[in-house]
Amino acid sequence: MINQYEVDETNRMITEENLDVRTITIGVNLLPCMDSDIDKLCDNIYEKITTVCKDLVPTGEKIEKEFGIPIVHKRISLTPIALVGSSACRSEEDFVKVALTLDRAAKALGVNFIGGYSALVQKAMTKSDRMLINSIPEALSQTEFLCSSVNVGSTKAGINMDAVRLMGDIVKETALKTADQGSIGAAKLVVFTNAPEDNPFMAGAFNGVSEGDAVINVGVSGPGVMRTALSRVEGKDFETLCETIKKTAFKITRVGQLVAKEASKELKIPFGIVDLSLAPTPAVGDSVADVLHEIGVEYAGAPGTTAALALLNDQVKKGGIMASSYVGGLSGAFIPVSEDASMITAAEKGALTIEKLEAMTSVCSVGLDMIAIPGDTSPETISGIIADEMAIGMINQKTTATRLIPVIGKGVGESVSYGGLLGAAPIMPVSKYDCSAFVNRGGRIPAPIHSFKN
Amino acid sequence: MKRVVITVVGKDSVGIIAKVCTLLAETGINILDISQTITGGFFNMMMIVDLSEAKITFSELQEKLDEIGKEIGVEIHAQKEEIFDMMHRV
Repeated sequence: MINQYEVDETNRMITEENLDVRTITIGVNLLPCMDSDIDKLCDNIYEKITTVCKDLVPTGEKIEKEFGIPIVHKRISLTPIALVGSSACRSEEDFVKVALTLDRAAKALGVNFIGGYSALVQKAMTKSDRMLINSIPEALSQTEFLCSSVNVGSTKAGINMDAVRLMGDIVKETALKTADQGSIGAAKLVVFTNAPEDNPFMAGAFNGVSEGDAVINVGVSGPGVMRTALSRVEGKDFETLCETIKKTAFKITRVGQLVAKEASKELKIPFGIVDLSLAPTPAVGDSVADVLHEIGVEYAGAPGTTAALALLNDQVKKGGIMASSYVGGLSGAFIPVSEDASMITAAEKGALTIEKLEAMTSVCSVGLDMIAIPGDTSPETISGIIADEMAIGMINQKTTATRLIPVIGKGVGESVSYGGLLGAAPIMPVSKYDCSAFVNRGGRIPAPIHSFKN
Repeated sequence: MKRVVITVVGKDSVGIIAKVCTLLAETGINILDISQTITGGFFNMMMIVDLSEAKITFSELQEKLDEIGKEIGVEIHAQKEEIFDMMHRV
């Protein structure tokens, strides 16, 4: 039988170390909603989402109460809208209509985010894909809960550089259209390589076409728990360090597995995966940078950070894999700058630069995430940064992404604040050197060779 | 069996266990295990109880425990046992 020590340990993790389940996300297949009439399509989508997900929020709250574990967000991910709208949407305005419908459904249900305003264009863009992408700035400026993502590359297909170039413009335009709110639109827009189809985390969640009609995916959290566990093995060797990370990751993930199974049972929707990611929040102590500090680097970004992150990410997976029957999504350690109090400090100190973050993304999920850059950064430079990040994902057969926020009207030395889970970020300097001749070439970067690994 | 873990944390005073146990007895909830420590005047108790014969629902139990907690100035929580089983048993 469970003993008092174990009960106290679990409850201390929850009350003092910010252990929570970050999100229960329901993936919804919208393909059956397709119609050639835009109004009919919007009606079908609204009906489907509000029917399938009607009990998501109350069920999440019930589970929170029964087990005493906070479930921070309840979210919905959808079939990429570029596919769903391909028959009905004949203009960018039509896609914006769909975006407004999704936002209305999210509001009616009381969920925190709705994702899937997405296009998968790693090989090429259809007319519909292009229209959706072009509509993103307007869609994100007119909605509150909507999240958007575009997959521009994969290890099998290479990188669609036309899409990369276009996304530089789209990120900038989205920032401009939401300039009065600190360019927040760009914080809800992710550019991916090798995007997973079962990711519960925003802004990049969508429900892939290989998924079923509805599925429950759960994202766990727990950097605070990890940091406390590691503070007890200060000065010990790597074996002890790694064993501690594995055991802690196991415990954190078990909570996610329990919540996922309960939600699946209550909502009568199949359980998909648990995403093992260590996801920080801006709350003090709930920080991946603090975990890196416990491992032994003064600030995130100091020499040794990439190695520390590599071992952290790998051990989290090793510990988490056994804790859940199905693991998927992004599964790693997130390093968003604005959402992590000690990442912000490291960036302000000058310890953490975009270039170092880029190196770090080659060993962890997911990418250059929630990074505020000067508002006058050119679209070509944004495309160049995206291309670099996509190349890391393509060559290393992993998911990488960018969520860059050119904060209009602000420059290096200033900062921007969004509140909530999105946090606050100092504007980080970007290389002044030009890459327009590179990103303007047009076409695709071919898929990489899969042998001769060096 | 529907097992629930009840924890009571707070400043020690006379009759904490009596109050909680009276409620459990009145509502047909059986106590399977109970342990308690007091360090520096700080009271920490854990009970494992069975709700299979309970006359009230789990959420009603939570509400009633909450009331008692407020009355005597301690924190009382009731959580389904699975969260502890999942985390601490392979």
